Amino acid sequence: MTGGTWKHAPGFYAGDRPQVVTSRFQYEDSYTLERYLATDGYKGLRSALARPANEIHDEVRSATVLGRGGAGFPAGTKWGLMPQEVWPRYLVVNGDESEPGTYKDRLLMERDPHQLIEGCLIASYAAGLSQCFLYIRGEMALAQERIAAALNEAYAAGYIGKNILGSKFSLDIVLHWGAGAYVVGEETALIESLEGNRGMPRLKPPYFPAANGLYGQPTIVNNVETLANLPWLLNNGTAAYTAIGTATSPGTRMVAVSGHVNRPGVFEIINGITTFRDLLYGDEFCQGIRNGNGLKAFVPGGGSAPWFTSDQLDLPFEASQVGPAGSMLGSGAVMVMDSTTDIPHAALTLTRFYAHESCGKCTPCREGGTWLERILSRVVDGKGTDADLDQIFEVGESICPGAFPHASNEKLGIAAVPFPYRMNTICFVGPSAYVPVHSALTLFRSEFDARIVKRTMIKVTAVA
Amino acid sequence: MARLTEENIRLAREIIGRYPKARSATIPLLHLAQEQDGYVTNEAMSHIGELVGASSAEVFGTASFYEMFKFEPVGKYLINICGTMSCALMGSEELMHQAEERLGIKMGSTTPDGKFTLEHAECQAACTEAPCLQVNYRYRYRVTPDELDALIDDLAAGNLSSEIPAHGTVAVVRQHIPADRAVGAIAPELVTENPAWLDGKAAL
Amino acid sequence: MTTIDTTETNDVPPKDPNAVSITINGRTVEARKGDLIIAAADSVDEYIPRFCYHPRMSSVGMCRQCMVEVEGPRGPMMVVSCMTPVAEGQIVRTDTPQVKRAQEGMIELLLANHPLDCPVCDKGGECPLQDQAFSHGAGESRFVEEKRHYEKPIPISDLVFLDRERCILCDRCTRFADEVAGDPLISFTQRGNNTQIMTFPDEPFASYFSGNTVQICPVGALTASPYRFKARPWDLEQRESTCTTCSVGCRTVVQSSRDELLRYQGVDSDPVNWGWLCDKGRFNFQSTNSEDRLSTPQIKSGDSFVTSSWSDALESVARVIRHSREGSVAILGGARGTNEDAFVWGALADAAGITMRDAQLDDGLPASVFSHPQATIDSACAGGTVILLAPDIKEELPVLYLRLRDAVQKKRIRLIEISSHETGLTKYAWKSIRAESGTAAAAMPALLAQADIAAQLASGPVVIVAGRPNLAESASHTMDAVDAVLAVAPSASVLPVLRRGNVRGALSLGLGPRNGNDAAAILNASAKGNVDCLILLGADPLSDIADVDLARRGIAGAKFVVAIDTFLTASASHADVVLPAAAYGEKDGTTMNLEGRVTSVVQKITPHGTSRADWIIAVELMTLLGHESNFTTLSDIQDAMSAAVPGFGSTTTTVAIKRDGIVVSVTPPSSTSASTSVAAPRNSYEFRLDLSRKLFDRAIGTITSPSLANLATEANVFIHPLDLDRVGTAEGTNVRVSNSHSSIVLPVRALSSIPRGTAWVPFNQIGADVRELVRRNESITDVRIESM
Repeated sequence: MTGGTWKHAPGFYAGDRPQVVTSRFQYEDSYTLERYLATDGYKGLRSALARPANEIHDEVRSATVLGRGGAGFPAGTKWGLMPQEVWPRYLVVNGDESEPGTYKDRLLMERDPHQLIEGCLIASYAAGLSQCFLYIRGEMALAQERIAAALNEAYAAGYIGKNILGSKFSLDIVLHWGAGAYVVGEETALIESLEGNRGMPRLKPPYFPAANGLYGQPTIVNNVETLANLPWLLNNGTAAYTAIGTATSPGTRMVAVSGHVNRPGVFEIINGITTFRDLLYGDEFCQGIRNGNGLKAFVPGGGSAPWFTSDQLDLPFEASQVGPAGSMLGSGAVMVMDSTTDIPHAALTLTRFYAHESCGKCTPCREGGTWLERILSRVVDGKGTDADLDQIFEVGESICPGAFPHASNEKLGIAAVPFPYRMNTICFVGPSAYVPVHSALTLFRSEFDARIVKRTMIKVTAVA
Repeated sequence: MARLTEENIRLAREIIGRYPKARSATIPLLHLAQEQDGYVTNEAMSHIGELVGASSAEVFGTASFYEMFKFEPVGKYLINICGTMSCALMGSEELMHQAEERLGIKMGSTTPDGKFTLEHAECQAACTEAPCLQVNYRYRYRVTPDELDALIDDLAAGNLSSEIPAHGTVAVVRQHIPADRAVGAIAPELVTENPAWLDGKAAL
Repeated sequence: MTTIDTTETNDVPPKDPNAVSITINGRTVEARKGDLIIAAADSVDEYIPRFCYHPRMSSVGMCRQCMVEVEGPRGPMMVVSCMTPVAEGQIVRTDTPQVKRAQEGMIELLLANHPLDCPVCDKGGECPLQDQAFSHGAGESRFVEEKRHYEKPIPISDLVFLDRERCILCDRCTRFADEVAGDPLISFTQRGNNTQIMTFPDEPFASYFSGNTVQICPVGALTASPYRFKARPWDLEQRESTCTTCSVGCRTVVQSSRDELLRYQGVDSDPVNWGWLCDKGRFNFQSTNSEDRLSTPQIKSGDSFVTSSWSDALESVARVIRHSREGSVAILGGARGTNEDAFVWGALADAAGITMRDAQLDDGLPASVFSHPQATIDSACAGGTVILLAPDIKEELPVLYLRLRDAVQKKRIRLIEISSHETGLTKYAWKSIRAESGTAAAAMPALLAQADIAAQLASGPVVIVAGRPNLAESASHTMDAVDAVLAVAPSASVLPVLRRGNVRGALSLGLGPRNGNDAAAILNASAKGNVDCLILLGADPLSDIADVDLARRGIAGAKFVVAIDTFLTASASHADVVLPAAAYGEKDGTTMNLEGRVTSVVQKITPHGTSRADWIIAVELMTLLGHESNFTTLSDIQDAMSAAVPGFGSTTTTVAIKRDGIVVSVTPPSSTSASTSVAAPRNSYEFRLDLSRKLFDRAIGTITSPSLANLATEANVFIHPLDLDRVGTAEGTNVRVSNSHSSIVLPVRALSSIPRGTAWVPFNQIGADVRELVRRNESITDVRIESM
């Protein structure tokens, strides 16, 4: 299927690569229990239930299943951060995918809901979690329907509920859905929202979910894709899992490439090895920039990630290399801008997004994000001044003090400032409003200069 | 208009029963209210407050945080056109202009006949399929201006009513936890024992 | 005034395991485990700017103004000092360029959308945003965009206005409403840059504590109608005092300008009010300024009063006392005054042989409630079990309600409430048990023997909060119930919650009943013609005694009535001589709260007209009656008090300078209450009457405060919805409420918090007076309710 996509999984291209989480996408009925059971479904759960819980936890830890939500923290380690002997513990599944450029969790939920459910069951069994909440983004009607149907099937068939498959393991999985707020993708905001409140992030510390999460209890918040890895891991073992990718980034990851490429799409790529050049130009991926244009810039890891240019094309999908280069892998979302792109305007579409999605809790984000959007918007409209451009950095300094990460650029003669940034905000939404405009201004200052009204120096000459 | 109907109260109680704390059901119940009336009425918010043990002000505080909840009537079809980067790069602004022209209204408003509401939406997680839009949260991918016109024609003619329910209904399939399989939600402060399957062993 | 040395020992204390030593800007600061950096800095006057942080509420870390640098393993880290606890050896800097830049940045961002209307803003001059913009801001804003606009200001309650443009979204008011008051009627709404504070449509911020949000608002977003545009902060003069509206004794500052009271603000007294006030105590300063105040002595001439000189009026009173039969002079009241007022009136009574005296108006408990081991507010809230045998604390002693609620919310105590209907504390009670009026004492042994309750009582200290839950029920029922608890939990202590401002002081210092001659006995004697001179010392029996028939007969029966009051009350209008009294804020002295805590009250303005402090009137009467007094100044009185009253010690001369005062142990003379209660079976009538107070009623101090006057409600009779059906009438219609004594007509309302068979009528509201049905010699009051 290198050549095309399926109508039932729009945008997805399988290629000839290992498929850890997308193996059933080829079937039109991949979301049914019948198809799931016919393709090794719930086998991982059965094998897990035959072993002690701590052994399963160990396996997830030793396989280094990285979190796929953005921060890339290993799931097994995260589970281990819960305090001993505090009950109950909860699992909250973050299915609130809404980072600009990101399109993968929705596919996993729509196409293979049972795989996610099985992942939830394995995680809950391994980490002693007594209830699971699947928090699905409110606007994803089809994902909600597919998961609801799959949960109903799985309950009826005895995969969820009391004494699962005759074991002592019991678990309720509750489908919960949001109502449109990007910030709820932040794990503490997700918990607030799940408690019925405004989705405003809590401060860490003291609100580290692993210790003090849902209802103040130890809580694991895992991304959809992270959990979807678990059935395959249990079926195939740690050795098979770590054989894919690199030691620090084992397995695969889902990446969506959008924007000005010939074949935008979602790919399950090999972690740590595949490079951005492969992705943008490779035949089995995006097949080059549209219309044979040049590459101006790309966002490597979702809208919150500082931008790269062709200088960074040879970096692999490996956090330990992308971070020092000034950006992050984030949520597996690459957005490509070709040479025709109006850079200030492109930056505005992202800054506006984050300003709009600010929860309003902390001052720098609530006031600073909107301020940045308004300055940028004026600049895009050709009404900005050079003082406005300076002010962008000043507002940025109030949001994120000190050196702000950006990529190196040979032509401009600038060196990279490594990721991450320091922040005066509670969460990353405020800094994310600054990221695009900072990257754009740093890498493409001339495009801004061309747009602004220069303050004219009036030379006053004494009249004789 | 409009507290929850008897049928919806029954559903609401079922939903509340799934959570260790009733307040967690606030957002699902707000969706239920919006499904019932097409938007969230003040009466419904007060009623939800009674059901989950919150003040009306708290329910409104929660509801107004979230984009999907509307506090006055919107069109039968809510058309959300994405304006974030990937869609913007692929021409979504043109699509918005086209929609405004075709319907004779600005983004953020409703046609006089109450059929259509246009909104500038933020990223809808279909970035590779840009530009995209949603009609009552049902996707349309790689939409051209001509396709947009055809879509509006179809919606106006009622050709898509089986696929796209009126605004308020999001998912048409609901979760139902069978009583004989349910473990049941317990308030965390009432849980005293560690999970049975750990056989008394500490989880790592 | 002299200061007292609080150092009690010179011994070196052992090393505290909770002590934490940190460094702030190079200074060593001793803090305690769990303290926040910002609090540790406050303790040594290293000021860190802040908006959202408030020491009496949970930290949210929202405004980001209080960022400081803390030395970390990877170099200095910026942290919010309101959410970061101290740690041993922690190195904090609040003065680096990085901190300064962050703080300036935050001020600039907060000011971005804040209107520059300081010249017309009530907060200007005492505004934390304005002050900190000067002290920690960069001096000018670079924000050139259009600011946010909202309709301004909008009333969110009868007392509070909201200006959303000025709001900086610090979450103080909303946190207060939710966390402290338990009235989450205001909330953040919308999101991001459009976030705003709002009430729900048609549900105003009707909280008894709303004024606190105005006080803690760090900008001029919330303003209170009684103070709006009245003064500029720099024109205000203030003195610290104690509120005497009820007996909690909240600390306040009394502020005035040009000899007019303009505002009270809460002061944080750790053992008492934590800075909070109720709206009644906060806004009833308007009463002191009322034009209806009595300003000159009045002597009855025919049916009307004639203005008199003080000397004529006092002489006429002295003459009556001189010519009264032995034992026929009575003093009712005194709870409204200071300790000094009560002491001098007590001295006068002693000198003149006046044995009929009572500071209570048959609406409290016999003074024997003070003979049990006494609890304090702090000890009640510290841990264990609190048993409520009391009126609705939220309605009568609002700030005590805040303290008890807090102790429950923080899981320090468990409440067991025994009451005839639900109260403001019911939803916080571990057990809330309904006992029909008159039945609590009898039910107590079985109730306390229930396994879980017995285990709870045995698990720690027990405090009985004892007060008068129902004015249509004899006080002996409560006393018996208290005894029944003490029989099971003999080591329990008692927190008496008698509500009048200085009732405990007055009872303790000379105005408690002698030989069982309490207010009811005095009025009975008067009704029989045995009182030649009835002195109403700030007492209005016609409005306050539940048996209004007795009050009427008592006042009519007195040969001569003297009223010493601030207003011409219902009772005062029947007086033969009326003497204008100085009000709260017009005299210095001390007061005693419900725990026995003595604190200062202060004079801030000159007394209205020619009015005088109660004690001055007593001194003058003593002189006219030929008794030696030696009281020319307050300290004379305080010295005499210390010498004469066992247990009072040397406190009075020193408390004036202490914010938290001193708890004294004075046991008032115990007046044995003759009657013992019998759990009377309900008679043939259908409903047992429950007559209890709400915070706002037609009390004189409330109706003479314009902003509070309309908060009293129409009188209604509340019954259970099913009883409404039984009576066969509809919500809101008039019903006849009657018994053998009388019959009145009231609108009926259904309330599911009222048990079946109980009829609740709030005391002293607007409309027909249910007191017509109450008789003091009946230990409970049963009534019939019929549709008309």
